[in-house]
Amino acid sequence: MSVLLLLVSIVVLSAAAFVICKGRALASVQGNPRDLHSLPNYYGWHGAIMVALPAFIGLLLWLIVQPMVVEMQISQYFPAEALAEGSSQELLMEDVRRVAGGLDVAVATGALSGKEATDLSTVSSDVRAILADVGVPLGADVSPEVLTAAQAYRGLTATGGTLRMVLIFALALVGFALAVKSITKEFRARNRVETVVQGLLIAASSIAILTTVGIVYSMLSETIDFFSKYPIQDFFFSLTWSPNFRGGSDLGIIPLVWGTMYISLISMIVSVPVGLFAAIYLAEYATKRTRSIVKPLIEVIAGIPTVVFGLFALVTVGPMLRDYFAAPLGLGDSGSSVMTAGLVIGIMNIPFISSLSDDIINAVPQSMRDGSLGIGATKSETIREVVLPAALPGIVGAVLMAASRAIGETMIVVMGAGAAAKLSLNPFEAMTTMTVKIVGQLTGDTDFAAPETLVAFALGMTLFVITLGLNIVALMIVRKYREQYE
Amino acid sequence: MTDATAGGVARPAAKHGSSLLTQTALMRKRNAAEARFKAYGIAAIAISLATLGIMLWTILSDGVSSFFQAKLSFPTELSADVLDPKGNRSREEMTKVTTLGYTKVLTAAFVAELAKRGIDVESVSDKDVAALISKDAAGALRAQILADPQLVGTTIDTTVLAAGRIDGFLKGRVTLETAERDSNITPEQLQLAQKLKDSGMLASSFNWDFLTNPDASDQRPEAAGLGVAIIGSAYMMLIVLITCVPVGVAASIYLEEFAPKNIWTDMIEVNISNLAAVPSIVFGILGLALFINFAGFPQSSSLVGALVLSLMTLPTIIIATRASIRAVPPSIRDAALGVGASKMQTVFHHVLPLAMPGILTGTILGLASALGETAPLLLIGMVAFVDNYPSAPAEGFLDPATALPVQVYGWAQRADPAFIERSSGAIIVLLLFLVVMNVAAIMLRRRFERRW
Repeated sequence: MSVLLLLVSIVVLSAAAFVICKGRALASVQGNPRDLHSLPNYYGWHGAIMVALPAFIGLLLWLIVQPMVVEMQISQYFPAEALAEGSSQELLMEDVRRVAGGLDVAVATGALSGKEATDLSTVSSDVRAILADVGVPLGADVSPEVLTAAQAYRGLTATGGTLRMVLIFALALVGFALAVKSITKEFRARNRVETVVQGLLIAASSIAILTTVGIVYSMLSETIDFFSKYPIQDFFFSLTWSPNFRGGSDLGIIPLVWGTMYISLISMIVSVPVGLFAAIYLAEYATKRTRSIVKPLIEVIAGIPTVVFGLFALVTVGPMLRDYFAAPLGLGDSGSSVMTAGLVIGIMNIPFISSLSDDIINAVPQSMRDGSLGIGATKSETIREVVLPAALPGIVGAVLMAASRAIGETMIVVMGAGAAAKLSLNPFEAMTTMTVKIVGQLTGDTDFAAPETLVAFALGMTLFVITLGLNIVALMIVRKYREQYE
Repeated sequence: MTDATAGGVARPAAKHGSSLLTQTALMRKRNAAEARFKAYGIAAIAISLATLGIMLWTILSDGVSSFFQAKLSFPTELSADVLDPKGNRSREEMTKVTTLGYTKVLTAAFVAELAKRGIDVESVSDKDVAALISKDAAGALRAQILADPQLVGTTIDTTVLAAGRIDGFLKGRVTLETAERDSNITPEQLQLAQKLKDSGMLASSFNWDFLTNPDASDQRPEAAGLGVAIIGSAYMMLIVLITCVPVGVAASIYLEEFAPKNIWTDMIEVNISNLAAVPSIVFGILGLALFINFAGFPQSSSLVGALVLSLMTLPTIIIATRASIRAVPPSIRDAALGVGASKMQTVFHHVLPLAMPGILTGTILGLASALGETAPLLLIGMVAFVDNYPSAPAEGFLDPATALPVQVYGWAQRADPAFIERSSGAIIVLLLFLVVMNVAAIMLRRRFERRW
């Protein structure tokens, strides 16, 4: 019985339980719901939950545990010599799964009968040819051990499937029986149902934590693997980055960090003044009407996907900078450059800085402005001497968040900054960043045993730590500031 | 008092005739500073709006032309000798004729039509004449004939795609000068194309194929379309919707209404705000390690893409939902509790329905940002070349697909400038979807916004 079919039957069973339990509850009080502890529907829901919840949990556990058990059983078919010859257990397991899957296909299409598939032997027939006929190409001829293992694998999986079905139905029916049995008019069905619902709510809110744990765990384990293959001091202190999939690569992070920081710096030089002045104008000078038109327009920039900015950098900004600045000044002839990426990321960050600063400036109490204006300061003096100092911690927080966005930005640098890892001061030269290299090392054919691939996880971990640090500091500053005026 | 202010800066400069109406030098300076400061603000706004305008304008002007496509129309005699050598119109036998045979038929018909119309091909060789027809045309004709074998032997009017360079010539991207340096086209071919245009055989028309065709290889930019990308994006949005919204709403309800103040809930709160700021590429690494390497889901499937996007969108949806739950006044809760509802009933029967418009708006905005996300999808292999449509939902979620923003990136990486036009065209489609979603969110907000 397939998993989908099992799921459907559980749902049907629990719907039946809903109807029956509700009916029983009403029958127990001769159809007068006032005598029940809870509303009749809660008895129905209780029945449905008692059927579905244990069955679902059982199914989930079974789906996780069964492959592990089967693999353990299968591994005894592998002769010690085969393992000693250098082919790892995982590779053999992969072969077994492939052959077993092929046999399944062959049975399903009718090329083999069920009995033929179990009795098949490498001596009497060409398994590879049979499987190739049904569209499962194999890399090499099937060895007798693998075929026996595959047949055992099929057998175990089939037995497992039957057992699974029996277990799940047993769980569902036991739950059903308990639910029906527990129905009396004093039974607190609502409280039970609400406890389960609250459990589900807690589980949902824990997913955020699980995501973080998943991020850290997935990157940490691969990063540790990377450092076991590549010396950690070379990664952090080497000045060259030249990966080479044939081995002997230099994987120093410093040129990448330099490129990242240089591009972020330029982007901040663009976005901080523009964003801040736009926010000041909108908060302090603009009429209500101007504000209601301009603010949404600036926020449109925030809604544009980064790949659009990337194309803008590639097609418009890059060639323009090259033709009008870099080439006449003799600084380079590359369309993709630190300047291109920095400018475009700066543009992308303008609405981010301006809307955050706008909120912060608006949160400065009006009485402070009134006091300053009252002793004769001009409006700009008030802003410079009173409003901005008061808003400074919040603005610093906003700037730090924008910096973390610039550091983690991917598409714009992939399309606008180039791929050459260099340590140079010339802003019109192509340089590269950590994010570009993560994309570069992880797309295409990847071999998860090579340090050249694994380095991407170490880069990702570094990036994660940097951006997380910036954000936590920014959050702390903003929170502290908020308390000041609330 | 007077002593204290006597040393101040703002002391009147002259004792006689000092008036508020005449500005002193200092006052003039301060007013100039004021005007400058205001001008900086206006300049900042002008700069941001101007860059926005320039960006949208370049993309629109580059991309609009991808919705129009040069096509050649001429009658084609479907010679039975070539297309159905056995002569019994059986589909199985006709599939043995490859596109090469159809190319021959099309070329012959094209050359014959040129001769019939009296168009002088001058020094252009027959091979170069045939090169005006897209390499995709033969495949399209073959599909049409195999769908209806009875057409063989008749003469039908065919409208086929012109080659990418000819399309570029009609759009002004390819000129006689660029053709000199181009190995794919000669100026003579362009002159011939001009004659064809004058005679009406070559014309530009609206390009529905751009929205429905799958991607095409490097050599055939004229046939590339967004079909697979639109389906892939739609599948992903669907999965994000059904995984993200229930979980996000449930988490927000718990955190807003039930959570006690303790270390665990504090950790969840900090986590959510930090997850919202994690670079998107990190989610891509997570997806690669967790869903593909560990769980073994197929690469470049829309399911994996959607799961990654769900994890990314979750914080956005939780933040929006919590804000709208918080906006429901406590008096509603008190009233419900007062007439004997349980805490759970209060939340599900009263608070949640009232918070619904806000939740919906937040969800749409979250989906819009997920729709434009590219970087994490690159890592889980969605940038691969896919020219088969994914099958219908459920199994189709596991088929290789691509997404709109990824297609934009993929085309921008190709060498042929015709793909830059396609890329901009894909952005127009993407932006249209985003505009629709954002307008829907704004209208929802306007329609249901309540001030308590």
